[in-house]
Amino acid sequence: MAVKVLKPGLATTVQDLGRPGYYHIGIPLSGGMDRHALAAANLLVGNEAGAAVLEAVFMGPELEFTEDAVVAVTGAELPPKLDGAPRETWTSFKVKRGQILSFDFLKQGARGYIAVAGGIDVPVVLGSRSTYALGALGGFKGRKLEAGDELPIGHAAATGKEGRSVARDLRGQPAGMPTELRAMPGLYWHRITEAAGNGFFSDTWKVAPEADRIGYRFKGGKPLEFVPREPPFGAGSDPSNITDACYPYGSIQVPGGTEPIVLHRDAVSGGGYFMVGTVIAADMDLIGQLQPNTPVKFVKVDMKEALAARKSRSELLGRLHSALA
Amino acid sequence: MQTRFSFGGDEHIFAEVGEAMSLEAFFKSLFITNAVRDAKIRGVTEICPANASYQVKFDPDQIKPDDLLTELKRLDSASEKSEPVIKTRIIEIPVLYNDPWTHETLMRFRERHQDPNGTDLEYAARINGLDSVDAFIKAHSSAPWFVSMVGFVAGLPFLYQMVERKRQLQAPKYLRPRTDTPKLTVGHGGCFSCIYSVRGAGGYQMFGITPMPIYDPNQSISYLRDFMCLFKPGDIVKWKPIDRAAYDAAVADVDAGRFAPIIRDVSFSLTEFNRDVDAYNAKLDGVLHGR
Repeated sequence: MAVKVLKPGLATTVQDLGRPGYYHIGIPLSGGMDRHALAAANLLVGNEAGAAVLEAVFMGPELEFTEDAVVAVTGAELPPKLDGAPRETWTSFKVKRGQILSFDFLKQGARGYIAVAGGIDVPVVLGSRSTYALGALGGFKGRKLEAGDELPIGHAAATGKEGRSVARDLRGQPAGMPTELRAMPGLYWHRITEAAGNGFFSDTWKVAPEADRIGYRFKGGKPLEFVPREPPFGAGSDPSNITDACYPYGSIQVPGGTEPIVLHRDAVSGGGYFMVGTVIAADMDLIGQLQPNTPVKFVKVDMKEALAARKSRSELLGRLHSALA
Repeated sequence: MQTRFSFGGDEHIFAEVGEAMSLEAFFKSLFITNAVRDAKIRGVTEICPANASYQVKFDPDQIKPDDLLTELKRLDSASEKSEPVIKTRIIEIPVLYNDPWTHETLMRFRERHQDPNGTDLEYAARINGLDSVDAFIKAHSSAPWFVSMVGFVAGLPFLYQMVERKRQLQAPKYLRPRTDTPKLTVGHGGCFSCIYSVRGAGGYQMFGITPMPIYDPNQSISYLRDFMCLFKPGDIVKWKPIDRAAYDAAVADVDAGRFAPIIRDVSFSLTEFNRDVDAYNAKLDGVLHGR
């Protein structure tokens, strides 16, 4: 069984829950940017939560099915259509052999997750089916989808069920404006003045057009003022330079002190820019659903609050599992 | 050297061994990350050494952040007592300096460079007080380099030359990063050289190109069949300047699957190295060429 790609969408890739263990040689985790939505799509069609799905950004693909299948679309409000007839997001539905799945314009969010019962059965590379496009690794031939591609679909273990859906309170999507991203100050926080640190957390930022799987750039806040220093040997002369170091996932680097960049699942693993802190793991999914121009505030939290947020996010996933068991 | 620790969110501990680059800071980072790996601490998922720092990623559902921090601090102070010796490899990398492909690229992005009227090599030679491009190439290729970090993108090595600080070659990054860099470009920024493992954006000065692939996600190249990335932190690299004919021959050998890089096992002692840098480097060269 296969799915034929008639139109690829903007940047549609195969993703699962990622490829841990190789960050020390520059191969990032990859995997769905909104892991909760990815898990929901899989559970809806009867897959394991971490099966490989399609991640479509801003614009859906057009797909032809060569066999009957059960499909679900979660994440962004990217309304699916089956042979032109509308279908619900966050709800599993049946697709008959020869039918075409397409998508209406994006209404909300940024990334839609398209799960097919049986999972997208591309080869497992270093433990994962996720696409790392920068390294031409994993996924379908190491790249985003193109028209004419034929995606193999795995054998559905259980019969996928149609008509199941995820209640609104279990979807874990960003709520409210501006979107709040909780972050722990740290790393090279001491490089900026106290006033700059306060400004960073009180300013409202906007998602810049340069926002992708590697990282999200933000604009519109005040430039950060640095604490003067003599540049350390090897760091470089700009006050925002450091001796090239590792970058945590979610770390917030601010090249030149102007536009913060939050690194995401396809993060560059290291480099020479200082970082003011790190977005907590519980809020990483939310970033994946932000469109350019969305207003955002960074909210300062400590480790205790980060761990509480982590617990509550994991309980949400637990409730999702129970609801779709 | 007092290591500075910081949490990177709820899943990372970041440790800055030195603010400035030095062989001592690099060595300590490498040493501790090896110790962390050997300690097999529950909940630790990624151990990443860098030039003068390191990072450990963990799952706080399996180990409390403060417990891991305590353990890392313990390993950090224990490392002070260890003899700075590592077992590693020395690898010869052929380089066509001043090649036509990086030259075409650097001309295309000239308005982003500090010196729009010259080449990256001419600029680097001048600001390092060397009287010619040839003298610069000699300085770049005569002493070996440590792979002090692998990353940024898949398999990309950062390299730090094994000479005293006063002999270190330094060059700023481009004023604005390029949107293109040929694959396998030998670049330089700050005090670090690198080899671009994939084609893409970059800000380092471009000095040449190697015919020797260092990253192969398809694992079809003979020496990358076991693992797709050639380099590990701690590897030692010696550049071998080659001409165009040797470059073309090496490319043909790679394509035909008969290119065999020179890679030798070697033990490196920081104490002995510091005693006489040039003599120690000559000894390493001897190991490389079976002398």
